[in-house]
Amino acid sequence: MSDASELHDLIEQVLQRYQRRPDRLVQILHDIQDGLGYLSDATIALLAERLQISYAQVRSTRDFYAFFYSEDRGQYRILFSDNVTDRMAGNQALFQQMLDYFNLQPGKVSRDGLVSVDLTSCTGMCDQGPAILVNEMAITRMTPQRVNQVCALVSAGVPLAQWPSGFFAVDDNIRRADCLLGASPEPGESIRAAIARGREGMLAEMKHSNLRGRGGAGFTTAIKWEACRNAAGEQRYIVCNGDEGEPGTFKDRVLLQSYAGRVFEGMVIAAYTVGAQLGLLYLRAEYRYLRPRLEAFLAGMRAQNLLGKDIVGVSGFDFDIEIHLGAGAYICGEETALIESLEGKAGKPRVRPPFPVACGYLNQPTVVNNVETLCKATEIAIHGGAWYEAIGTKQSTGTKVLSVSGDCARPGIYEYAFGVRISQVLEDCGARNAIAVQVSGASGACLSERELGRRIAFEDVPTAGSFMIFDKQRDMFEVARNFAHFFKHESCGFCTPCRGGTALISSMMDKIAEGRGTQYEMNELLRLQAVMKTSSHCGLGQTAGNAIADTVQKFRPAYERRLAQTDFVPAFDLDAALAKARHLSGRDDAHAHLGEEV
Amino acid sequence: MSDNLNSGLDSTATFSIDGRRVPFEAGQTILQAALAAGVYIPHLCNHPDLKPHGSCKMCTVIVNGRNGSACTARAMPGLEVENDTPALNDRRRVLLQMLFVEGNHFCPGCEKSGNCQLQALAYDLEMLAPHFRHAFPARVVDASHPDIWLDLNRCIMCELCVRASRDLDGKSVFMLAGRGTNSRVVVNSPSGLLKDSALTIDDRAAHICPVGAILPKRVGYAVPIGERQFDQATIGHQVDYLAKRTIPIRPVAAETAAATEGN
Repeated sequence: MSDASELHDLIEQVLQRYQRRPDRLVQILHDIQDGLGYLSDATIALLAERLQISYAQVRSTRDFYAFFYSEDRGQYRILFSDNVTDRMAGNQALFQQMLDYFNLQPGKVSRDGLVSVDLTSCTGMCDQGPAILVNEMAITRMTPQRVNQVCALVSAGVPLAQWPSGFFAVDDNIRRADCLLGASPEPGESIRAAIARGREGMLAEMKHSNLRGRGGAGFTTAIKWEACRNAAGEQRYIVCNGDEGEPGTFKDRVLLQSYAGRVFEGMVIAAYTVGAQLGLLYLRAEYRYLRPRLEAFLAGMRAQNLLGKDIVGVSGFDFDIEIHLGAGAYICGEETALIESLEGKAGKPRVRPPFPVACGYLNQPTVVNNVETLCKATEIAIHGGAWYEAIGTKQSTGTKVLSVSGDCARPGIYEYAFGVRISQVLEDCGARNAIAVQVSGASGACLSERELGRRIAFEDVPTAGSFMIFDKQRDMFEVARNFAHFFKHESCGFCTPCRGGTALISSMMDKIAEGRGTQYEMNELLRLQAVMKTSSHCGLGQTAGNAIADTVQKFRPAYERRLAQTDFVPAFDLDAALAKARHLSGRDDAHAHLGEEV
Repeated sequence: MSDNLNSGLDSTATFSIDGRRVPFEAGQTILQAALAAGVYIPHLCNHPDLKPHGSCKMCTVIVNGRNGSACTARAMPGLEVENDTPALNDRRRVLLQMLFVEGNHFCPGCEKSGNCQLQALAYDLEMLAPHFRHAFPARVVDASHPDIWLDLNRCIMCELCVRASRDLDGKSVFMLAGRGTNSRVVVNSPSGLLKDSALTIDDRAAHICPVGAILPKRVGYAVPIGERQFDQATIGHQVDYLAKRTIPIRPVAAETAAATEGN
């Protein structure tokens, strides 16, 4: 069969591209899916045979990632971003409009195999939502008109490459620039500055700067670098964590789109300091549109001898950077899950210790840094640690890039020195009537009006950058319910408290939404959150209940107005459970229902 | 515990669990040292013959004020571990209840009853009811294998079968696939069926399941209910069994394991 030989040829081509390395499995699956549209059991069986790994291993990886499909999802796979900010911008009506146009159920492919339409977790376009992905290409600012245009293009079978380029425009929306976003050093300037300081000197400046990781946890970067440098290993690796999946965050998108030089030079400086030869940028699949220009940027750096052999003439300083694409898994923002994904596996967090600095990618010493953290390293190389340390607060030095979205006049990117008050940010972005700010995304803290005087800093309100604003027309219960669904979808399933807890919290929130909740559920939510926080394996489970606990405590009326006035109402609805029997028996009269009237 | 219980132990190689001094050897985890010393810490996904995994979280203890899994945390001199406290056991009950409602566990009809660690833990921790709403998931039963029965309704996703098949049998018959509540054990065979896999009744993976998800066929109720492992005493009083249990099976042919190890 020619189909079979085409499949063999495609797999062969892809395998050659990745030197038949099983640890490149996620990349291999991406490329094969690009060719075939989906990854059937037969396809992965053949792939497993060719890679000489087990079929179950390939299946385990395929089935873990939201963007890998085991069944045909159509020539056009459309996903609506379903972050709470997309909802506030009206994504649900647009989603329904598109489903109606194609007469589709969510996630089901049309009979002609043309299109499927579904929801996905936050795609990082919160400042210009509602956003969608078509075959992983981002389209922003969806309106009813744009939905119709997309539907028409899909119906006519127009290839994505021929769609109006304006659809794919992603704006930076930089509203406030400070030392990082406001500066434009010459290409290679920070690398030369670091080399002039020497390996020891650069590390000393990093220590002096007291730079802390911008991914949320706030670990001191210099300690990571030093530990990696000192760890025993054959190879060292620099990994840039570009898996910006936290709902409401999009600063890394902007840094990678318009400040790629800072990011990559930061990786080169880290490599120089710790002695690494290979860097890996883990780019979330939602930002796939950036890949061609990032590859072009890397090629430019190689041409300027900022990557490759003997970088800027330093004999023996060899370093290059590869881009790896994620495939729709929030958990891969956790550094050990990210490493698992880089190795071609399901992104499940490892047991720590050992930490990646000692035993990371391919079990070698590895530095994993956030995109923004690496940009900061270039500032420290150029200006020195003392200069950097003078900015911000004592425990939180330098500036922080915030992704501001939600109810405000000017959503976008705001860079502030650490220590800025929440109220200042609200004023600058034109947010009037804010009743709540969700800082650091779904896993962060929900602050009420009373807390707007608090400061953005590790010692007060720490953040990975997400800053979602809710004004008085918003229902904080629905905000928390959106987050509950998000965590249920994104829990990796490794540990009991997170796998079980996110599912139970999600169903309890739905029960309350249906008017069947009571005080009992309010207490249960807090009890579950406490178990998840203390028992979960990684940060996802430990923080998944935070927004629920915050809103239960600070926005209780949003919950209470939905509660039934009794001690307990079962989630099980006997009459609803009889619906199937009614359907089968073709009856829908009063006697086929349970109710007071019967 | 009284002082004479603790006397004679070298303080450089001991730590404390609920005030009792526990000796340890270099490289041991808190759980290994505890079991060796006769101190019970509830656990499900750990097995003495396999590398610690840390997924069930039943063994979560408080080590010097911080939460951690006893099965993966290394024993260190002077650690102060809280284990058998009302608060920790309350958490463990919640975790057990999560496991009971996320699968389909019907003890009265399960051949594993009395030998099941999940059931035994529920008795030991006095879990009186599953408490939460049952998910009643639709899960697969695979009866295709001539000697082994796979019933995923009872699976608790501890990955003991995955690890035993990979690390002890050298076969990698099982793998956990999917994500979150959609996680499920899949079988390494083109049809996805157990009969087409490399699993044999001699495999340790065929006997390691702590619940009734993987059972040998044709040996139902060979030991009557009432005389089974955890009918004798609650699991908390069988520390020696937990520390040293071996899986009662014929040894795997060494060349079979070596031949498939290259994977």
